[in-house]
Amino acid sequence: MRNIWIITKREFSSFFATPVAYVFIAIFLMLSSIFTFFIGNLFERGQADLLPFFNFHPWLYLFLVPAIAMRTWAEERKSGSIELLMTLPVSVGEAVMGKFFAAWGVLALALALTFPLWLTVSYLGAPDNGIIIAAYVGSWLMAGAFLAISMCMSAMTKNQVVAFILAIVVCFLFVVSGSGIVLDAFQHWADNAVIDTVASFSFLTHFESMAKGVLALNDVGYFLITMGVWLYASLVIIEQKKAD
Amino acid sequence: MIAVKNLSRYFDKFKAVDGLSFDIKAGDIVGFLGPNGAGKSTTMKMLTGFLPASEGTIHINDADISKHSKSVQKIIGYLPEGAPAYGDMTVYQFLLFIAQIRELKGKRKHERIAEVVAQLELQAVLDRPIDNLSKGFKRRVGLAQAIIHDPKILILDEPTDGLDPNQKHQVRKLIQGLSEDKIVIISTHILEEVAAVCNRVMIIADGALKFDDTPLALQQKSRFYQSVSLTMSYAADISGLAELDGVDDMEVDRKTGRVTLFPEPGAHILPQVAEHIQLRRLPVEDLHVDQGRLDDVFREITASKESV
Repeated sequence: MRNIWIITKREFSSFFATPVAYVFIAIFLMLSSIFTFFIGNLFERGQADLLPFFNFHPWLYLFLVPAIAMRTWAEERKSGSIELLMTLPVSVGEAVMGKFFAAWGVLALALALTFPLWLTVSYLGAPDNGIIIAAYVGSWLMAGAFLAISMCMSAMTKNQVVAFILAIVVCFLFVVSGSGIVLDAFQHWADNAVIDTVASFSFLTHFESMAKGVLALNDVGYFLITMGVWLYASLVIIEQKKAD
Repeated sequence: MIAVKNLSRYFDKFKAVDGLSFDIKAGDIVGFLGPNGAGKSTTMKMLTGFLPASEGTIHINDADISKHSKSVQKIIGYLPEGAPAYGDMTVYQFLLFIAQIRELKGKRKHERIAEVVAQLELQAVLDRPIDNLSKGFKRRVGLAQAIIHDPKILILDEPTDGLDPNQKHQVRKLIQGLSEDKIVIISTHILEEVAAVCNRVMIIADGALKFDDTPLALQQKSRFYQSVSLTMSYAADISGLAELDGVDDMEVDRKTGRVTLFPEPGAHILPQVAEHIQLRRLPVEDLHVDQGRLDDVFREITASKESV
């Protein structure tokens, strides 16, 4: 536990020692406001809620989370510092968790800094604050799933650009797996059980009710399990490839 | 105490380390020598638990490294090849991070950081990001993190690479100043370094151990060990030199006129040679006893396989 915390602190401050975190947060805030006001028509809807804001989160995360996660392992392997890290008395699992929590913390901070939107709707009307908090939590959980996938892709390569693109592709598949883009590939040969299973991987479906403030156990569980599986996969990949 | 048995490591089909066996006991300062790609770094990576061995075992203080890597890593200090570090951190932040991971706490933590900073003269760059440092400073930061927890076993992969002569001297002094119950393993290309700091030399070539003895024994393998060379101010009769007791062979360099007398194994020929010079009144301008040419021996040992 102690080691995880030390690594989390190091990684978190490293995001802020470089412009990565600042750029990420600035772009995240800009894009999320643009989507909310211009495409989501927050004002025109005439409702005091943040649904237009949360609805765009899967699409925002699709590009921004791989960007913040691409360096986690790729850079470590490229610069050779992984050799230092892995010969300190730290287990691979602790390193994986430490790095994950640090980046997840940056995402939490970015989300928290969207609070002016909340103030705006509170000023304009009387939103249901419970719903908004639940939607924030749901969005953060989904961000964690994006992050676990992206970090796993970063563990697979020494090249950050490759990691970024791979992460976008895999995340995209998970975002749209409930729609025709993915399901059509299964339509003709797989039986319904398979198609339903694939469709149930969809981030969009699981986030849909979360964005409305409903934290159902199966949605929360889904994102937590996704995180667990992908983080475990990165652990295995790093064990295998750390010295390549 | 390090015990290595039949250690091998393959990368796909390539055999980087081939059946190494050796023991290293406390107090040994071992120089790992070998040509590039000989398997020195791979061996060090396995000793530190970074790479798993393909075959064979490594026991450190009777603990198998493949099973107890974490507890073993606690007593090892390691400087990887190229001294990698987290470049975006300042030197102080980096050392603090390492000290925390190494379980140094409170007052002791700050004491140790101050000590290694003083030992490696890092005061001037303490608040600079490591990325902006010169190669020599980066190497010293790497050394500082390796010794910060006062490890029982210190493994340094090319610690003096990129340092200027003064800094090299400083690092050698640092290694010599470590207490005597420690194990130090250094890999290097610089043969003089081994003679200067190590009390044991291992030469690895093609993944196998080719030589394992003291630096003196390595020097003694040289044909030039205890050989006497002399230059004369004008041509004189030197025929008698080759006939002296204990002289095995004589070579004359046509260009410079330098005469080299090779002793029979184990013989010291300086007294005889000096006596002969006195007796014949040879016009000797310069006389020099060679301590052995390590690079010749090194070439002989590491290239022997190709010539066979």
